[in-house]
Amino acid sequence: MSILILADHHEGQLGAATAHVVAAAQQITNASGGAIDVLVVGENVAAVAEAAAQLDGVTRVRVADHAVYAHQLAEPLGGLLAALADDYSHVLSSASTTGKNVLPRLAALKDVSQLSDIIGVESADTFLRPIYAGNAIATVQSADPLKVITVRTSAFDAVAESGSAAIEAVDIVVENTLSAFVGEKLAQSERPELGAAKVVISGGRGMGSGENFKLLEGIADKLGAAIGASRAAVDAGFVPNDMQVGQTGKIVAPELYIAVGISGAIQHLAGMKDSKVIVAINKDEDAPIFQVADYGLVGDLFEVLPELEQKL
Amino acid sequence: MKVLVAVKRVIDYNVKIRVKPDNSDVDLTNVKMAMNPFCEIAVEEAVRLKERGVASEVVAVTVGPKAAQEQLRTALALGADRAIHVETEAKVESLAVAKLLAKVVEAEQPQLVILGKQAIDTDNNQTGQMLAALTGLPQGTFASAVKVDGDKLQVTREIDGGLQTIDLSLPAIVTTDLRLNEPRYAKLPDIMKAKKKPLDTQTPEALGVEVASKVTLLKVEPPAERQGGIKVGSVDELVDKLKNEAKVL
Repeated sequence: MSILILADHHEGQLGAATAHVVAAAQQITNASGGAIDVLVVGENVAAVAEAAAQLDGVTRVRVADHAVYAHQLAEPLGGLLAALADDYSHVLSSASTTGKNVLPRLAALKDVSQLSDIIGVESADTFLRPIYAGNAIATVQSADPLKVITVRTSAFDAVAESGSAAIEAVDIVVENTLSAFVGEKLAQSERPELGAAKVVISGGRGMGSGENFKLLEGIADKLGAAIGASRAAVDAGFVPNDMQVGQTGKIVAPELYIAVGISGAIQHLAGMKDSKVIVAINKDEDAPIFQVADYGLVGDLFEVLPELEQKL
Repeated sequence: MKVLVAVKRVIDYNVKIRVKPDNSDVDLTNVKMAMNPFCEIAVEEAVRLKERGVASEVVAVTVGPKAAQEQLRTALALGADRAIHVETEAKVESLAVAKLLAKVVEAEQPQLVILGKQAIDTDNNQTGQMLAALTGLPQGTFASAVKVDGDKLQVTREIDGGLQTIDLSLPAIVTTDLRLNEPRYAKLPDIMKAKKKPLDTQTPEALGVEVASKVTLLKVEPPAERQGGIKVGSVDELVDKLKNEAKVL
């Protein structure tokens, strides 16, 4: 039983998510043994492979470095994974937008189902995953010969980085005439990555405008926090969509989550209710967010936020 | 060009779900059902393509029980020209839906297939990608903008770091993200007219697709309840609690 993990990487750096996926893979191999290989696919990804080789528990890093894999388009990646998958019992990826884009394509190419966003491993074939926006947890068992799985990274602790796995080149090139990369517009931020931050402070419709999100920045700086947003704040155009926390955005589980001017709709709670401590700041004392908050403060965020920043 | 749009009947997104007492599944008896919100966005995009003269015909398709015809009628009221119902009472998961849709794609030969990026019940986010793999077509997932340009399709996708734009050769598969458009409401006269639009019924057997899955649902449980918290009276008290009680600062 061997596991292949598709590594996350951006701009020449290994994504933090991969260390969490390796942890999930270890839970699978703990019971039955087996190797854990990490596949790094892209163009000029030698540094990513070096970083992946340091993750504890990784047996081997396989590197497919070719121009056709630049920008990790689904068509060549799916083809490559399908070519490699026969040597493995499981193929795992984080439930990042890349993992969600590519793994179902692989699953269909191999005529197997996919298990999305698992949050627990019961055995090599039985897994836990949330359904209905996290309002129910399903236990599912797969009898497919190949298990194709995306992993909710917030549900697994990252492995340490003291390993030294072997690095091997993969020379399979999957030509792609179906799709082409045109351009990319990435949000620039000095703050920690939303999915990996220990503290997250999020604003909702109650913030009133994108300008007012500045009120969160001073607090975020003092706490080393990432800044998130509710879907309402994104839809109102206050902030870009990649800041969205929720069922249809990012799923986070930080030590501390501070929800400011967020009512607490089902779709938002799905993205943050596994946070260790939740603080809600809202002027509506009946807002549903208070039902999940460990500490609630009823008040006007325009008064509370400057005071909070000053007192931290 | 012809556009195929796939829709799913799901529990209404506002409903607070209940898990069955025997933990076999979520209880859907007497629960309000509706079209999956991402599918509404898919229908809207297809109809807009038709209104702009890009699409010549919009065909709505669903896989599901008899009652799912309601959602097809909704799609017709929103502007789809005709509908195809692949009727089955079985619980059909993403791979089987993708196989059934692949048969419909083969028969209908659309230039563009639009699906929602995920259904809000299973939260799988798989069907569009699987359909693309089975038909050998390119995929533009999590689309927030779609532009047809000759024999190419330009798709702007919502990715983790921001936005990515790609070109796909047509025919292609697109899945919608929330920000692609704002779906319209069906007007009463359109709802009346929709009743007269053609709706074909198919079966998985006739399409030659085995819907049984190798994945078994062992149990469904409610998630762990969070402890009800407390309300604090001031910012000072909040900071004190976070420092000394929760110890997260």
